[in-house]
Amino acid sequence: MTSFDLQAILPELILAVYAMLALLAAVYTGKDKTTPLVTYATAAVMLALALYIGLGDPVTGPAFGGLIMADAYARFAKVGILVAAAAVLLAGEATMLRRGLGRFEYPLLISLATVGMMIMVSAADLMTLYMGLELQSLSLYVVAAMKRDSVKSTEAGMKYFILGALSSGLLLYGASLAYGYAGTTRFDGIIAAATDGHVGMGLLFGLTFVAAGLAFKVSAVPFHMWTPDVYEGAPTPVTAFFATAPKLAAMGLFGRVMFDAFGNAVADWQQIIALMAVLSMFLGAVAAIGQTNIKRLMAYSSISHMGFALLGLAAGTAYGVQAMLVYMAIYLTMNVGTFAFIMSMERDGMQVTEISALNQYAKHEPVKALAMLVLLFSLAGVPPMVGFFGKLYVLNAAVQADLTWLAVAGVIASVIGAFYYLRIVYYMYFGESEERLETPMSPAAWVMLVGSAAAMLLGVINLFGVEGAAAAAAAALVN
Amino acid sequence: MSVAGVVFYIFALTVLAGGVFTVVSRNPVHSVLWLITAFIGATGLFVLMGAEFLAMLLMIVYVGAVAVLFLFVVMMLDIDFAELKAGMAKYLPIALLIGVILLIELAMIFGTWVAADGVTLLARPEAGEIANTEALGRVVYTEYLLLFQLAGLVLLVAMIGAIVLTMRHRKDIKRQNVVMQMQRDPKAAIKLVDVKPGQGL
Repeated sequence: MTSFDLQAILPELILAVYAMLALLAAVYTGKDKTTPLVTYATAAVMLALALYIGLGDPVTGPAFGGLIMADAYARFAKVGILVAAAAVLLAGEATMLRRGLGRFEYPLLISLATVGMMIMVSAADLMTLYMGLELQSLSLYVVAAMKRDSVKSTEAGMKYFILGALSSGLLLYGASLAYGYAGTTRFDGIIAAATDGHVGMGLLFGLTFVAAGLAFKVSAVPFHMWTPDVYEGAPTPVTAFFATAPKLAAMGLFGRVMFDAFGNAVADWQQIIALMAVLSMFLGAVAAIGQTNIKRLMAYSSISHMGFALLGLAAGTAYGVQAMLVYMAIYLTMNVGTFAFIMSMERDGMQVTEISALNQYAKHEPVKALAMLVLLFSLAGVPPMVGFFGKLYVLNAAVQADLTWLAVAGVIASVIGAFYYLRIVYYMYFGESEERLETPMSPAAWVMLVGSAAAMLLGVINLFGVEGAAAAAAAALVN
Repeated sequence: MSVAGVVFYIFALTVLAGGVFTVVSRNPVHSVLWLITAFIGATGLFVLMGAEFLAMLLMIVYVGAVAVLFLFVVMMLDIDFAELKAGMAKYLPIALLIGVILLIELAMIFGTWVAADGVTLLARPEAGEIANTEALGRVVYTEYLLLFQLAGLVLLVAMIGAIVLTMRHRKDIKRQNVVMQMQRDPKAAIKLVDVKPGQGL
């Protein structure tokens, strides 16, 4: 172990050590009374690390004997993960307290999950991949079941755990096949096993199973079954977390494995990804139409969005990866804002998740309703908002890679999907009058909602420079 | 026959005898003790093969922990082993048949197994240089240090998760407060009263 190795994992190291120290400190002092303090401290540490990774002196190259890889791609994903996790923690802090879930372990489990996600996106070895994935998943299983007195939350945790274990099994099976046929677990060794653009039969099986395991984590069809139930059952701030940082981490890992380990055999995995992309886009768009619960609706929405992100990956080019990263960054911003709103929805102090509860909402709260309108339009991909440019980006990448049929399918799915987003807007502005919906928000949550809505409008100018960073990241991955 | 050969046969016979008596013993406690004998024999075989780490592992983990656990389970649970073994004679033919079939299958596999042409060994131990234990330690604690530490974090999360999901802080029970106990002043806690005869308190 050299100082270079340590430097490469310094952010992970700091976050893990912080989580352990904070755990000890909170246990020996006020326990759950320290929750707000721990939450703010965790968010502050995460934001500071994001700044350090984003602006600090970058270290590049394989570390720990090729177990992890520090490059622009990992840095892009890490900054996104850290910022999203911090934003969700800040936005959800007040809601967690109000729902009686103000436990100090929550922010710490989130930070340990974040460590896992940061390891995932910088993995350069099948074993590192698995350790990161498990660290992240295990923390998420726990926070999903955090509301112990609620049957639904417990069910969500249980379902997530069992299906997660199944997907880990698939992934490990694929990993063992890949190891057996490539003779090494390191990505740079596996990529060398692919000659003349194709991998052997054994390695192909390994690749397919690994892709299936990863597809579960990004909730791509046909491995999406758990998503609506888990999103509905988990406490809303936890759902907000599920829909943001882990998705970016899983997509980041997907790109990492496909290009770093199987980058010489793009044609072999392109069809798999393309099929999953099409199915996800359509299933997400069609199944969401019948939903009456806004959390389930957001689950199907996220499935559909993952389909679009996979579209970028399916292109198999540097431009496609760049499109995928930009799309994910936009997706995270939209979801943080939308969930900041959803978790505040209540009536007489009780949480409400029915879409019909939003009837006539715009009359009482014009600012928040307008922010939601912008966000929903952006989620639907309506032109002036940034969400449209994200979709345009991935569609463009697909067309450039001669996958025009895929792009056409994407456009059709996007039009179908627009229906249910616009229906929510319709309820807010023109719905039948109903009992009034209250949305008490902490200042942090309000800033997230209005800020992300504003970003959807202002980002049109230059996407806040995400494009350049994504291009650098994609260039580091695909070469 | 060389000394190593003699020692091999001694250990091998120990293993076989241990295995046979584990199955045929009437008393389950004796069965476990015979199992331990078989483990010790296997330990010797490992040492003969130069796998000293596996030998120690077998000794410490299997003999020291697993077998003792078996012993406790056998002694604690009230299982009528005589009844369990009652049908042994009845099922012996079919058991023998399955055993023979498995043996033939194994023989068929190993008899026809050949390595493909042009296969190169990807990893091999460095002969003679490093002892097994040292080599293993190098892999786990030096090469894969990062993974080892990450596994530690995974276990930490499992521990936190178990506490978060199951611990309930009950308010209606009395708890021990060590500091309070130690701070207790005997002078304040004990009162000596001189009770006069026939008066009471």
